[in-house]
Amino acid sequence: MVNANITNKMRNLRDAYSSALIELGSKNEDVVVLDADLSLSTKTKRFGTVFPDRFFDMGIAEANMMGVAAGLAACGKIVFASTFAVFATGRSYDAIRQSIAYPELNVKIVATHAGISVGGDGASHQMLEDIALMRALPNMTVIAPADATEMEDVVPAIAEHSGPCYVRIGRADAPIIFETHGEFKIGRGLVLRDGSDVAIIATGTMTAEALKAYDLLKKEGIEACIVHMPTIKPIDKKLARKVAGKTGRIITCEEHTIIGGLGDAVSMAIAEKPVPMRRIGVNDVFGESGEARQLMEKYGLTAENMAKVAKEMIKKY
Amino acid sequence: MHDKALIKDLKRKALEIRKWVIESVYRAGSGHPGGSLSIADVMACLYFHEMRHNPKDPKWPDRDRLVLSKGHAAPALYAALALAGYFPVEELKNLRKIGHFLQGHPCMKKVPGVDMSTGSLGHGLSVAVGMALAGKLDGKDYRVFVILGDGEVQEGQIWEAANSASHYKLDNIIAILDRNGLQIDGPTEEIMHVEPIAWRWQAFGWDVIEIDGHDIEEILDTFHEIKMNEKPTIIIANTIKGKGVSFMEGTLSFHGKPPSEEQYKKAMSELEQEERELNG
Repeated sequence: MVNANITNKMRNLRDAYSSALIELGSKNEDVVVLDADLSLSTKTKRFGTVFPDRFFDMGIAEANMMGVAAGLAACGKIVFASTFAVFATGRSYDAIRQSIAYPELNVKIVATHAGISVGGDGASHQMLEDIALMRALPNMTVIAPADATEMEDVVPAIAEHSGPCYVRIGRADAPIIFETHGEFKIGRGLVLRDGSDVAIIATGTMTAEALKAYDLLKKEGIEACIVHMPTIKPIDKKLARKVAGKTGRIITCEEHTIIGGLGDAVSMAIAEKPVPMRRIGVNDVFGESGEARQLMEKYGLTAENMAKVAKEMIKKY
Repeated sequence: MHDKALIKDLKRKALEIRKWVIESVYRAGSGHPGGSLSIADVMACLYFHEMRHNPKDPKWPDRDRLVLSKGHAAPALYAALALAGYFPVEELKNLRKIGHFLQGHPCMKKVPGVDMSTGSLGHGLSVAVGMALAGKLDGKDYRVFVILGDGEVQEGQIWEAANSASHYKLDNIIAILDRNGLQIDGPTEEIMHVEPIAWRWQAFGWDVIEIDGHDIEEILDTFHEIKMNEKPTIIIANTIKGKGVSFMEGTLSFHGKPPSEEQYKKAMSELEQEERELNG
């Protein structure tokens, strides 16, 4: 079991991204960073200030940015390409497919502003299908870190990994749940709480909500197993199967459409020996404007909803 | 002025490329002969004179790169690579065949000498921008050649890439536009106009040179004249689709269709006749 706790400390994953990038850039001269006119929001601008020669703003032309990233990678660079998730994956899909995933080039797409918690900008900017799009591509690794600590581990890990990666983080500040570094490993899920009544498998910042759900359920005498799945592809099949066998009930939770994301990955992993499953996510609809917290509540992306679903499942199965 | 022997040799190479285009597409039973034949002369000039490359070391970091953005002209690229020594020419007979490495469109992971996987139109110039930026970053003097189709420039991403190439002053990019005038559905100007083509590239900050894309001497002179003046260059190569095979020239029907057995024999005999005249 890995030590993880809900703390009062909030930290933005984008800040963690830029700090980790700068540290990586100071150690490795092959690291090149691209952005598409959102470098103040994605925070890659900070890398550009420290390493102006290795930072290129490609303007509002995301598909071109992905192709340029591929060309740099084909010449030996480790390329980080950042913009909002909606542009990074939706607008650029064919460029990623043809020029990055198919030739298996060393491009790290780090997308920010993923999910409904983008808030006020509304559905046009709330990317909810990015995991599905990227997960469907051969050669692509897909990662959604839980907090700033983990994000700082993800950046060097994907730089070390040879091949395309997609990392999605949100816009909002998120509670720190890992107080120490070093737990993240590509493809490895982490058991954060042990229990045998139900397993809650979460990814991204939903993992913090899952930890809260554990406490809510515990008060009612229910022991939940809480799993953090930072890598959605390749999914930790062994762990998914293990907790399925142990609890007999699985809930997945992601700030993403229920189609094609973590829920699908987990259900595929346990399909040979299935147990009842519920998938918490955005239910095949577009989002809307609102405050981040209000939206998370309206669309059921909360600890309270996880606990409710868990109780329903325990009653039913 | 170039050496007469060199011109003759490159003409011979272009004919060999054409013969292999016909041979490989015929054997494959599918593929794109028209747009492969139109760039055969440019391809011969690049791989047998202009480009700095080493078939024994396909990944040589200092090599000039070639991105075949109009990836459907793969048969011409494969023929040039095989004739240059990247892999045995006999492999050209296995184009598009399961279990063999010559994919229908260029695949850099499988084919030695292919610098970028292409096929979906509109992507290659962006990749060339990335390769050119890497060259500048590393202080290397290699150049990045990229071959574009004239229908291909209807893709919006081409213009995103064109804009970024001039913004970053990438004078190490040399694009060649295969202006054969035809795309699958018809003449470019009827389907979706691309003219005034030279003016459009000039407006995006490029140096533009217009040439006869089948005149070996003019192609060589043009490469020779390109200056490193902080601007990317595009050569608009006026070509004939299907060039070299009488019944394919200027026609739409051989864009993406292989020749029949009878057509194959006729095409090969025409090209062999031309070879005899050249050697004569």
